[in-house]
Amino acid sequence: MCMGKMTYAQAINQTLRQMLEADGSVFLMGQGVTSPWYVGTTTAGLIDSFGPERIIDTPVSENAVSGTAVGAALAGMRPVLVHPRMDFMYYAMDQIVNHAANWYYMFGGQVSVPLTVWAIINRGGEQAAQHSQALQMLFAHIPGLKVVMPSTPYDAKGLLVAAVRDDNPVVYVDDRWLYNVEGDVPEEIYSVPIGKGVMRRSGSDLTIVAASYMVIEAMKAAEQLGREGVSAEVIDLRSLKPLDEELLLGSVHKTGRLVVADGTWRTGGMSAGISAIVAEKAFASLKAPVGRVTLPDAPAPASCVLEKLYYPGAEDIVMAARKVVAAS
Amino acid sequence: MVSKLRAGGEDKAVTGDAVQSGAAVGISPAALRGMHITMLRIRRFEERVAELLRDEIKCPTHLYTGQEAVAAGVCANLRDDDYVFSTHRSHGHYIAKGGDLKALMAELYGKATGCSRGRGGSMHLACLEKGLPGSSAIVGGTIPLAVGTALASSLRGVDTVSVAFFGDGAVNEGIWYESVNFAALKRLPVVFICENNLYSTHMPVSACLADTNIYRKAEAFCIPGVQVDGNDALAVYRAAELAVESARQSEGPTLIECLTYRWRGHVGPNFDLEKGLRNREELASWQARCPIETLERLLSEQDMLSVADRKRIYKDIEREIDEAIAFARQSPYPDQSELLANVFKV
Ligand SMILES: Cc1ncc(C[n+]2csc(CCOP(=O)(O)OP(=O)(O)O)c2C)c(N)n1
Ligand SMILES: [Mg+2]
Repeated sequence: MCMGKMTYAQAINQTLRQMLEADGSVFLMGQGVTSPWYVGTTTAGLIDSFGPERIIDTPVSENAVSGTAVGAALAGMRPVLVHPRMDFMYYAMDQIVNHAANWYYMFGGQVSVPLTVWAIINRGGEQAAQHSQALQMLFAHIPGLKVVMPSTPYDAKGLLVAAVRDDNPVVYVDDRWLYNVEGDVPEEIYSVPIGKGVMRRSGSDLTIVAASYMVIEAMKAAEQLGREGVSAEVIDLRSLKPLDEELLLGSVHKTGRLVVADGTWRTGGMSAGISAIVAEKAFASLKAPVGRVTLPDAPAPASCVLEKLYYPGAEDIVMAARKVVAAS
Repeated sequence: MVSKLRAGGEDKAVTGDAVQSGAAVGISPAALRGMHITMLRIRRFEERVAELLRDEIKCPTHLYTGQEAVAAGVCANLRDDDYVFSTHRSHGHYIAKGGDLKALMAELYGKATGCSRGRGGSMHLACLEKGLPGSSAIVGGTIPLAVGTALASSLRGVDTVSVAFFGDGAVNEGIWYESVNFAALKRLPVVFICENNLYSTHMPVSACLADTNIYRKAEAFCIPGVQVDGNDALAVYRAAELAVESARQSEGPTLIECLTYRWRGHVGPNFDLEKGLRNREELASWQARCPIETLERLLSEQDMLSVADRKRIYKDIEREIDEAIAFARQSPYPDQSELLANVFKV
């Protein structure tokens, strides 16, 4: 197997290139796919190789463009529809939810929508409330949508391949804070199964569950906790839907303590759903109440001093973990 | 109903006979001087912000340099109680509507004294006393809001007018068509001002719209649509004057397309030349048609702006901006305890 070190953004770029080469029904459409800044460097060079027929930069028409991708998928194409910011996707919600997500079920399983909705989180930098949002749970809530959130370059590639090959609409969420993370990525096409998490670090005292960028913070927290004599296990969910309950519950049974490191809002967010599953299915194993690290229930502020408070990081996870350990 | 106003002495009537030929005929000296000062205030503010963006101002900032005649020409026809809704590129509209420079600068610095108390940054400006309920960074997002304030005026039976400023890019959003249609259907007192600066981020307007004559879309909604030289403050003023007046008289909405150009790049202080998105000649040709120089030439010809006047105005504006910067620098940041304040009104 030929491996290369590359960044998360390069892994996405390589994958798009390979999927476009491998399958004539794949095409890329959305705002900024030919822009030098809109989607980072993830689409660099694609227009030169595949031309404007398959690399379609679009006007600001999120609703119609998303519906167009759904229609193309109904006709058997495998579109990758990019939204350079999740904040702009509210305009596209109807097509993604009412149409893409419901279609297969609503017609009794006759025609599915093999669509990849590539949704980028772009936050920080004093961008304020309309340029910061992480909406993965909105999509995870919708029956008929799968939601994946890779945290490493390896998974960025493997899950993108899986999303494109899946016969259902898959929302592929990446966070631009991950774009410069480096890792080993095999040259050939491979897929990472949707619905399977992975243990990033084994431990015996406490489980930290995270997804996407929060995995990086969770790993830092686990290291710090290790120095404090607490052995933390880190679970990277990779898919929010379907969720790898087996991995999650297995870890909680083992450690008896859980902290959820969550990049979404507190109410109805990822940690709320995971806490419910654990309360329902691993109650007897819990030695202490679940700890939740989340965004506060507030829109993102612009001012740097408030913004710093707004986004949780490793320190918040460590504090939550200490509290859980102390409570047992 | 749809017509095209051209720059230079060839202006033609839009509807009726209010527009006269000849440079400044029919516009009061006070309005002309006011527009000049507004445009200069915007220009100098933006150019100083461009310098500060290199290390002091951190929020994403979309500069209005080059488009000053649009905000100034439209807002010169408005009262404080008329509503103006703006976009991500909002400084010019805020200044032209009379918003305070200190509060604006402090907002860019993320300070508690900012016009949005440090919560919004450059893209989210408000000044309620001056009829600015807020600007949105979602393309097209404020267009229905202007229709909504117009609906409120109509329901209350008051003669306030609402103005929606938006770019050529916003005309690609479905919300644009829905909003204009609804306003036309209900004959609401709203004026739609499209600032066609030829680009939507990295895309030229021709790569976005099948028909780049945006003013012509008015015909589909049976409302007046005009295209004006957006670098000619007088042309903008005249078109807006008619549109605002007809909205005030409950005669319904108008669409005005102002052809203009943003000198700086889409966001930040650079020019988007290095990225190959547009070329130096195009920029130079628009800079040669500077809206401020054009108006200044006219004012001096009419003996309304002496060399000494001009010097004093420039100096006063520079001092005003210096004070705004000093105010922003000295102001405190929002208190950390305020993170969760204002999620709801209590
Ligand atoms: C719904 C939505 N989609 C995309 C964007 C990203 N975006 C910000 S400004 C802009 C271009 C807008 O162009 P235009 O309306 O012409 O305004 P200009 O920047 O030229 O003033 C885009 C696409 C956004 N802010 N909102
Ligand atoms: Mg534009």
